[in-house]
Amino acid sequence: MTIAIPPSDNQHAERLQPTGWLRYFSFSVDHKVIGLQYLVCGFIFYLIGGLLAGAIRIELTSPISDFMPRDVYNQVLTLHGTIMIFLWIVPVINGAFGNYLIPFYVGARDMAFPRLNAVAFWMIPPAGLMLISSYFITGAAQSGWTAYPPLSTTTPAAGQIIWILSVLFLGGSSIFGGINFIATILKMRRPGLKLMQLPMYCWAMLGTSILVVLSTPVLAGTLILLSFDIVAHTGFFNPSMGGNAVVYQHLFWFYSHPAVYIMVLPAFGLVSEILPVHCRKPLFGYVTMVYSIMAIVVLGLVVWAHHMFTSGTPPWMRLFFTIATSFIAVPTGIKFFNWLATLWGGRITLNSAVLFSCGFILNFVFGGITGVALAQVPFDIHVHDTYFVVAHFHYIVYGGSVFVIFASIYHWYPKFTGRMLNEDLGRLHFLLTFVGFNLCFAPQHWLGLYGMPRRVAEYDPQFAFVNQLSSVGALLMAISTLPFLFNVVQSAFKGRIAGDNPWNALTPEWLTSSPPPVENWTGEAPLVTEPYGYGVPADQLDLAATSGRDLWTNGQ
Amino acid sequence: MTTTTPIEQGSEESLTNTDEHHQDHRMFGLATFLVADGMTFAGFFAAYLTFRAVNPLMPDAIYELELPLPTINTVLLLVSSATFHRAGQALKRSESARCQRWLLITAGLGIAFLASQMVEYFTLPFGLTDNLYASTFYAVTGFHGLHVTLGAIMILIVWWQSRSPGGRITSHNQFPLEAAELYWHFVDGIWVILFIILYLL
Repeated sequence: MTIAIPPSDNQHAERLQPTGWLRYFSFSVDHKVIGLQYLVCGFIFYLIGGLLAGAIRIELTSPISDFMPRDVYNQVLTLHGTIMIFLWIVPVINGAFGNYLIPFYVGARDMAFPRLNAVAFWMIPPAGLMLISSYFITGAAQSGWTAYPPLSTTTPAAGQIIWILSVLFLGGSSIFGGINFIATILKMRRPGLKLMQLPMYCWAMLGTSILVVLSTPVLAGTLILLSFDIVAHTGFFNPSMGGNAVVYQHLFWFYSHPAVYIMVLPAFGLVSEILPVHCRKPLFGYVTMVYSIMAIVVLGLVVWAHHMFTSGTPPWMRLFFTIATSFIAVPTGIKFFNWLATLWGGRITLNSAVLFSCGFILNFVFGGITGVALAQVPFDIHVHDTYFVVAHFHYIVYGGSVFVIFASIYHWYPKFTGRMLNEDLGRLHFLLTFVGFNLCFAPQHWLGLYGMPRRVAEYDPQFAFVNQLSSVGALLMAISTLPFLFNVVQSAFKGRIAGDNPWNALTPEWLTSSPPPVENWTGEAPLVTEPYGYGVPADQLDLAATSGRDLWTNGQ
Repeated sequence: MTTTTPIEQGSEESLTNTDEHHQDHRMFGLATFLVADGMTFAGFFAAYLTFRAVNPLMPDAIYELELPLPTINTVLLLVSSATFHRAGQALKRSESARCQRWLLITAGLGIAFLASQMVEYFTLPFGLTDNLYASTFYAVTGFHGLHVTLGAIMILIVWWQSRSPGGRITSHNQFPLEAAELYWHFVDGIWVILFIILYLL
């Protein structure tokens, strides 16, 4: 009568699947293997996207188009945007950390649908390779990551169609992942664990997954219509055939504005995990954190047209979307002050994870302020499609999400591998990244205010010096990757043995061995009802009492 | 549809390492997926309604829809939802033969819908690229027709698997039938909305 093999039938799985390093190349259904597959795969795409960013910055060191032809520049910036968003940040900050941590946090042995999980991951490498190979086969898409018509319908069709196909694949992967997270968080919780006792990352992933499930399908539908326009010569978005290009923008931003929250909400969650551990203080304002995440989810769905203030939007629409967008600053501000209050008076260990987290808070509040500024119509019309927008966006997704990805790698690497990272190299990495990042993107605010348009290979010679400054910053960012890569590879073999819980943390993933066994705990899953129960001196901290069981009998 | 039987943890040896019961959340996952799928349709409908509101039809464009055939189609799909429900009830009472009969009737109604849709496509006075409304009409009904096609194939698979006495679908394992049934009701519901928006408005 065993009709559907339950996923916890792990002996079967263990027999069938390779156990050594080969399992990272297999169709593994173990959520920890899948999480690391997402992480490493995403990082490889990050390196490729970074090379493309380097090419852009080299081109922009001089006002004339001399490093590459203009159409190649268009392809490079399109690939850079698409790779960084769909193949690096979204898969890593959702897929990698979500898959690794969420089952621990809800006290489960695996995700709700382990096989769907593996399918979702294995859709990513082919889609990414297809996208990149389009550059070599037909020439990649040239219309930017937004693919606005008429740009996307008048540039060479083959590259654009390959771009649409790979984004559809990546969107499908994202939806499958979102379904899995919602089911795992709502349905797979250990008996006795209440929703309001979950670590904050669970709430962030629940909110993110709701956004993924509600908005990604709309992008898919839009891209299907766009491909009809390209292949079958329909006129959905072609005004000369009676169509309407602005409808594309509405549908596109109905996904792509929430996409920003899909990239940033999980970062909020991860920072909320990292800070209490290294400050030895409870997370400040747990309940307000939860409600502000949910407020961001709801508001995030009704602000999309603030990307379209120059697209002939009527006044009532401008008014509504300006107000709605400004409202988002409220829940975001609550979270920001909660992190500051968590840090306040804590016994802070300034290690790499905390440095990157603090870098995130600084960068993100700056990106948030320029975001509120951009929501105001009079200002937005002045700087629309200039480098001000580029600067704002990179402060959100690099200064926000990518800083948190690095913080999370420094925080959870001991759990992933069982070995510690080198702290000195980590601090060097932070210093280079922080200085390089701000040197690269802060001057771009100035460029944008003075009217330098984005996505153009040539510019007015008066901008040359500031652009060169920005390129130096980009070079520093590129160099900063080297100590990180060296650190990660070297520590995997020679790093100090971490032990089960090097940070004396209370969240459930630390209450097992490092790296954890296949089904996460050799015994019963711990019931952690106070994931942030810090605030007593370290030598008096009773891990066993806080988690409600004897931790060390089964974990080792 | 929420009466899925819990998965039985077959052999005892698989319980040595875990004492927990992995519950069956597949219907929940499917329902979440259908929410996502519904959002795709919502995007199409929003596009169509926006086109109607701001893009007037060009003077020489031909866009006329006849009501009789799609009304028959609506009835076909609504009846098929009822027959699928009867199939599910029959399975719960372990009346295998009756269940199979209702499944076949449901699949037949679905295929009749597709055939009728084809007839409509070939008799309409406009083609895919003739004008904006025509393109949207074909895109939306075509995307829905794709869903009906997949649903009909699923019903036939369910029927095939419930045939043999030792088959996969019995009163102890109703999941495939329940999943197909939920999906089919979803596709029918979308058609009703589509019918109202495209034909009646």
